[in-house]
Amino acid sequence: MEQNIFQYEFIIKGLLGAVFASVTAGLAGTYIVSKRMVFLSGGITHASFGGIGIGYFIGINPVLGAAVFSILSALGVEYLSVRQKIREDSAIGILWAFGMAIGIIFIYMTPGYSPNLMSYLFGSILTVTYADIVALGIMSVILIVYFGFFYRTILYISFDELFARTYSPYVNIFKYTTTALIALTIVLNIRMAGVVLVISLLTIPPNIAMLFTKVYPKIVLLSIVAGFAGTSAGYAISYFAGIPVGATIIFTLVIIWIIARISVRLVSFRRIQTSP
Amino acid sequence: MAACLLEMKSLSASYGTTTVLQDVDFRVYENDFIGVIGPNGGGKTTLLKIILGLVKPFRGKLFFNQDIVSSKTIGYLPQISTGDLNYPVTVKDVVLSGLMIRKGLVSRMTSPDKMRAEMVLEELGLSGLKGSSLNELSGGQLQRVLLGRAIIGNPKLLLLDEPGNFVDTNFENDFYEKLRELNKRMAILMVSHDVGTISSHIKSFACVNRSLHYHPYSEITNEQLLSYGCPIQLITHGEVPHTVLKKHE
Repeated sequence: MEQNIFQYEFIIKGLLGAVFASVTAGLAGTYIVSKRMVFLSGGITHASFGGIGIGYFIGINPVLGAAVFSILSALGVEYLSVRQKIREDSAIGILWAFGMAIGIIFIYMTPGYSPNLMSYLFGSILTVTYADIVALGIMSVILIVYFGFFYRTILYISFDELFARTYSPYVNIFKYTTTALIALTIVLNIRMAGVVLVISLLTIPPNIAMLFTKVYPKIVLLSIVAGFAGTSAGYAISYFAGIPVGATIIFTLVIIWIIARISVRLVSFRRIQTSP
Repeated sequence: MAACLLEMKSLSASYGTTTVLQDVDFRVYENDFIGVIGPNGGGKTTLLKIILGLVKPFRGKLFFNQDIVSSKTIGYLPQISTGDLNYPVTVKDVVLSGLMIRKGLVSRMTSPDKMRAEMVLEELGLSGLKGSSLNELSGGQLQRVLLGRAIIGNPKLLLLDEPGNFVDTNFENDFYEKLRELNKRMAILMVSHDVGTISSHIKSFACVNRSLHYHPYSEITNEQLLSYGCPIQLITHGEVPHTVLKKHE
């Protein structure tokens, strides 16, 4: 009986988590991949580890600390590269390592053993709470509403920022808002895939989708489908094989990406062969 | 008498401590087709940016004739480098983005908007490419797409920044022919460093090198240019004749 309840909970959490993770990662991922912000997003992710460490140390929810850190680091990169004229990739590299260092120092100083540390680095479904799932669900709704309402505005600003400035005074507001939402998306997904792996959850699905279409809304939809396939299959495999879930999801997604790439190649190759 | 669309009065602009434009007095009238020429760094692009509101002058004023033109009814074709050509956006979407200037923040494109985009694509000979992404286009096609984005809102004033930069020569004449047609319904201000090419298309010159000198008619005639027997890319002020040396054999 106890075994059944445990299984039931695992399946529900896994399924809901997979749905919300793929929706949020599909929307945010398509944006960062199209806009070539993958490295920035990786930096935000790792910098947020500093917030996790401080959260542990002062005894608040580490996700909250991570959220504050990720948003501050996203805006910090912007500030350093625009105002202080530091190269953007260097600024990212500095914040990336600085956040990790703060995280390690504070976790080390926290009295007692921190059993959840590994789950933050590599993700674990066992430590995911219903509150985490609900937070991801709310984030899904926020992202759907935000991208739904402002689709063209966001699309055109990220395609050609200079031209957008000729007609809109809101370019910076949209850039910062979107970046902050992406930072939050990343933090909430850290529970699923971990600091080290979460960036792939955002970047692999859009790259699978872009093999098949170049139309932005279709990329988003296909990313969500690919993300869901990868995360749910990853869950199942990790459950039956007894291996860590975050790593299994990323592994599964990369395999899907490779298979998709090869099939697209084969199909276009055959087309060339059969065309008169 | 054609109506004045915009007027600059003793206008100066700078980037930091560098003055780029000084005491510029300049008017653009309906149906003008003005070539803005001058050396690199002379302030040509800044002139366009002031009209677009991207650069604020530190002295002087810019007036629009509000009955005809405002910052919302200006078409703009930037230098090619501004958009990311690998961005997942279709030709039709790029053309539609020219309508964003009239849209609010929550911007839906209506069926009339989409029909208007189809018409512009048709007019520019791009109908077959509306679903393509930009990295699949030739330089000339890309330029027509960006021209489509600039004119979809039926602007009264069209600003072109170095349109010759990425045009293939095959398409060059078509492009200027297109501009001549557009000039019937809008004034055109075209920045270029290629005087030889544009002089036969434009109606007047503005020479910009910190200050602005306006030449109310195209002083350089085709005959003059032909007499050189080679393409002319550089014109200076002063006494004629200037000497052009032959190429080394």
